[in-house]
Amino acid sequence: MSAHLTEVIMAGFGGQGMLLAGKVLAHAAMGLQREVSWLPSYGPEMRGGTANVTVCISDEPIGSPFVDRPLGLLVMSRPSLEKFGPRVRPGGVIVINTSMIDVGSDRDHDCVVVAVPARKLAEVAGSERAANLVMLGAYVGASDVLPVDAVEASLVREFEGRKARFVPANLTAFRSGVELGRSARQGSEVVR
Amino acid sequence: MTKVLMKGNEALGEAAVRAGCVHFFGYPITPQTEVPEYLVKRLPEVGGVFLQAESEVASINMIYGAAGVGVKCLTSSSSPGISLMAEGMSYIAACELPCVIINIMRAGPGLGGILPAQSDYFQATRGHGHGDYQVIVLAPSSVQEAVDLMTLAFELSETYRNPVMVCADGMIGQMMEPVEFDREGRGPPLADNDWALGGADGRERRIVNSLYLTPEDLDAHNRKLKAKYDLIAERERRCDLDAGDEPADLLVVAFGTMARICKSAIDLVRDEGLKVALFRPITLNPFPFSELRAAMDALSERGSVLDVEMSMGQMLYDVRLAAEGSRAIAFYGRAGGVVPSPDDVATQIREALST
Repeated sequence: MSAHLTEVIMAGFGGQGMLLAGKVLAHAAMGLQREVSWLPSYGPEMRGGTANVTVCISDEPIGSPFVDRPLGLLVMSRPSLEKFGPRVRPGGVIVINTSMIDVGSDRDHDCVVVAVPARKLAEVAGSERAANLVMLGAYVGASDVLPVDAVEASLVREFEGRKARFVPANLTAFRSGVELGRSARQGSEVVR
Repeated sequence: MTKVLMKGNEALGEAAVRAGCVHFFGYPITPQTEVPEYLVKRLPEVGGVFLQAESEVASINMIYGAAGVGVKCLTSSSSPGISLMAEGMSYIAACELPCVIINIMRAGPGLGGILPAQSDYFQATRGHGHGDYQVIVLAPSSVQEAVDLMTLAFELSETYRNPVMVCADGMIGQMMEPVEFDREGRGPPLADNDWALGGADGRERRIVNSLYLTPEDLDAHNRKLKAKYDLIAERERRCDLDAGDEPADLLVVAFGTMARICKSAIDLVRDEGLKVALFRPITLNPFPFSELRAAMDALSERGSVLDVEMSMGQMLYDVRLAAEGSRAIAFYGRAGGVVPSPDDVATQIREALST
């Protein structure tokens, strides 16, 4: 598999904005001329309330958009952590929403694990709905998936036009996640 | 032209507009509903017609009518809906009218499920309705290819005056990938022709009809259609071969989404030193028999074939026909919306190579 391939699964309940977070990341990668795929779950899982997306970013055409063992994982809810946590490849990044999940990950030994009080940070940033972007920020800060400024630019574009008033709070939320991600990466003994 | 990130279903709709399609008739069904959802907004912008019919049976008959008057038209559905369109497709093929049909396949049989499957291969390639007719079937494996094949679908349907089906699975429909369109704005209408209806004022009247009560006439009509299908089979086969290090010891055959998953699996096993090639039919009908046979002939002396599908083994019959007994053929398939992962396929590849 290509050394430049990153796959990330973002999982939560419907309405928590994981699909949108994935779209922001995919657009940012596209802006850097990378190959991308964005694959949402749309089956019975979704009817059960969960909404997951798999984003692949690569320098080469993407083979399977469907991934067994991702390099990144963002989880908003506990069932998602239990389902996808064990599948993350060693050296990967796991971002856990501690506002919703009261357990840690047992992957500290081989992954960078970032505990993010996403809702709290989103509220501080001025919009409780921006928890998804706190999570995305934490992932971008803890991994070297894409430069932070490229994702910020994509985020601003995502809220162009009528939704532009949401940009400041969303950017603040994203940046608070980035800080948390960076310090988790620095504090982690896992060298990627 | 710049790339845009689009869902497969939406990209198919946009590609249709840019191919010159201005009439859509359809009925919603998961996982293709974003096709009509996109076109209901897009078609009025280019002066087109979007009509949600009361059923798939009505949709295909509206297509029959629109195609009969020489309008570039599209319908879209998913597996159970395509079954309902079967009769209409037979009539349209019999009358030699151009149209494009999208099937975003879901798991069957019956109502089945809404997740991706490839179990409509027989339906697409062996006929849906009655009689000696065929439709051209194109199977994209990425959103960009879905766009490219949509353009080709309208071209082929016009060239051969025949229905063309773009047959993808739910994964292609739901996934977003960057796409580039090769033209701006709405494409051209059908070229002037001598068959479309539209009032015989000042010219001889034309008839669109599939009823031939005289057996000799119907025999002749069938022979004419057969000659056309033979010409299509000769000219329009399309496929993709990733030969790897030749000669390979195993040839994996897969189409659509499954071929991409196989590509990832093959990358994994090539890193282990295994010599594996990948053959991907792009036209399911006409099936690229001779190209597949050539790829089989290029295998090492004891080389074998592994056919992988999201079905219980349908394309497998064409793979066997291509082999004509010359190679051992193994099969791996999952159904019901279970999408085999690259790891699953890699395991099957290792197994096929160890026996």
